[in-house]
Amino acid sequence: MAKITKTFNAGKTKAFTALRDIDLQIDMNRITVFVGPSGSGKTTLLSIIGCMSRPTSGRIFLNGRETTSLTQRFATEVRRNTFGFIFQSYNLIRGITVLENTMIPAYPGGSKHGIVKRKAMDLLDRLKIGSKAHQKVESLSGGEQQRVAIARALINGPSVVIADEPTAHLDTDLVMALLDIIAEIKEEGKTILIASHDPLIFQSSIVDRVVNLRDGAVVE
Amino acid sequence: MKWIERQRAFMDYTLSSLWRRKSKNASLILVYTLVVFVISSVIFFAGAFKKEAEAVLADAPEMIVQRMVGGRHDLIPTGYVAKVKGIRGVQSVTARLWGYYYHPASGSNYTIMVPENFPHADHAVELGHGVLRTWGTVQGNQIYFRTHDGETLVLSVVKVFEAATDLVTADLILMSEPVFRKISGVAEGFATDLAVRIRNEQERRTIAEKITQAMPDARPILREEILRTYASLFDWRSGYMLVLLSGAVLAFFIFAWDKATGLSAEERTEIGILKGVGWDTADILMIKFWEGIGISLTSFVLGVLASYAHVFFASATLFEHALKGWAVLYPAFTLRPVVDAFQLAVLFFLTVAPYTLVTVLPIWKVSTMDPDIVMRQG
Repeated sequence: MAKITKTFNAGKTKAFTALRDIDLQIDMNRITVFVGPSGSGKTTLLSIIGCMSRPTSGRIFLNGRETTSLTQRFATEVRRNTFGFIFQSYNLIRGITVLENTMIPAYPGGSKHGIVKRKAMDLLDRLKIGSKAHQKVESLSGGEQQRVAIARALINGPSVVIADEPTAHLDTDLVMALLDIIAEIKEEGKTILIASHDPLIFQSSIVDRVVNLRDGAVVE
Repeated sequence: MKWIERQRAFMDYTLSSLWRRKSKNASLILVYTLVVFVISSVIFFAGAFKKEAEAVLADAPEMIVQRMVGGRHDLIPTGYVAKVKGIRGVQSVTARLWGYYYHPASGSNYTIMVPENFPHADHAVELGHGVLRTWGTVQGNQIYFRTHDGETLVLSVVKVFEAATDLVTADLILMSEPVFRKISGVAEGFATDLAVRIRNEQERRTIAEKITQAMPDARPILREEILRTYASLFDWRSGYMLVLLSGAVLAFFIFAWDKATGLSAEERTEIGILKGVGWDTADILMIKFWEGIGISLTSFVLGVLASYAHVFFASATLFEHALKGWAVLYPAFTLRPVVDAFQLAVLFFLTVAPYTLVTVLPIWKVSTMDPDIVMRQG
């Protein structure tokens, strides 16, 4: 990342700068945690890294290729194939089953339905939630919903997994279980980026690097 | 292959999405189907009647010659037969005797006519089912008429036409010439009009011109003009019905617009989530397109099928009187199925296309926004 700045409502009286001149190099195949208080810009930074929004200025390079100037169509393709996103409130679609929620990111890819379904079931079984595949997501507990969100993030085989405050709604036991899952994902060769102010996360031994953010800037 | 799998996946998602909002979509489909049902019923009904008129008139003479006095139809001297027959190209001329008989007991007008061949005695009549049904004073096979000079005439019913011919025979009474003249008061030497058969139909207008020149008080009426009048009549009536329905159609489009364009917070968040997990703007628009097509096509098919059954199996019970016009005597008959593909295609494009557009367009703005913004706004 080179001089990433993000200003919301730029040019208006309610303009707010969430990120200021972020210069950062993130190593692949590592777990990096972004730490900071509320409003420090963690979610915004992850959103820009994951091609979910564009910075006001600055550039991002992914494996040597710039992603900030990509058209929306190509940015979406990069987002779908490279990044798996675990949202803070999980953002599962209510009214449909666990299995359908897991499969949704794979729909635009055009893979055969049977193959996607098998892959989704494998992921759900691995996360020990396969038995609930045909239940509606709103009937699950917080921990179960999070595992569905993790399965959804992994369905397209991304090389980077982004998790925004993944432990916000979890108790200690569930946080430890989540850390085990994250460690397994890292073992598969994936890069993991986490935004969290939970000490159980950023003080964990599996974390390779902690980046401190405050008021939209990296604090050394 | 990939494209097909993509569309299949989008259609799966669309069906699931429609099912999730089933009450909203069910009410939309119901109203939409009703609108299509009414409009296509009118199309089917008018089309079938026009076809029936064509079939009935297929064997009719190429030309009818009437006499006009004071701009109104008057009796024609039978001496005109020879004059018309003498025109080159005329195959045959028949003086026709027919008219109307008003029966006070039933309040109905019946058509009385002398056929070319009437193989019964003078006191006999042949009549249609509708006459029997409405006359009211038929005793046994005796039927009472009042002649033009006030006398009572008792006639015997020797034949009743089959119900299947009701469309043309429901109000028809056939009788001998002397009886007709006694009842109607048409004097000897006069007829109602002349039926003219022409050898070469291409010469019809020329022959009509010659008739007008030879007999200035005569009015030739071509068969195609009669057909055009029937077509205009049903077009006018069906158009009138559609104008009356236009309020309902407009209300439907306002309703559909409101339902289709009103994006709830939940729907906005859903779009943001889909974009967040890797769906493109085009993918979002595609599911909305399938949603619009799904609802409108379902409603169109249901509406057309229901109207087909309504018109051709239930005789358009709901509004047949509005289209047939006022009468005391309505013939009972089943219309032969006629489908005007062009009109249905027009109805298709006027209903399915606008609704699909109305579903897709409002999503455009939301689907082009960064998913981050959509999810925050949701």
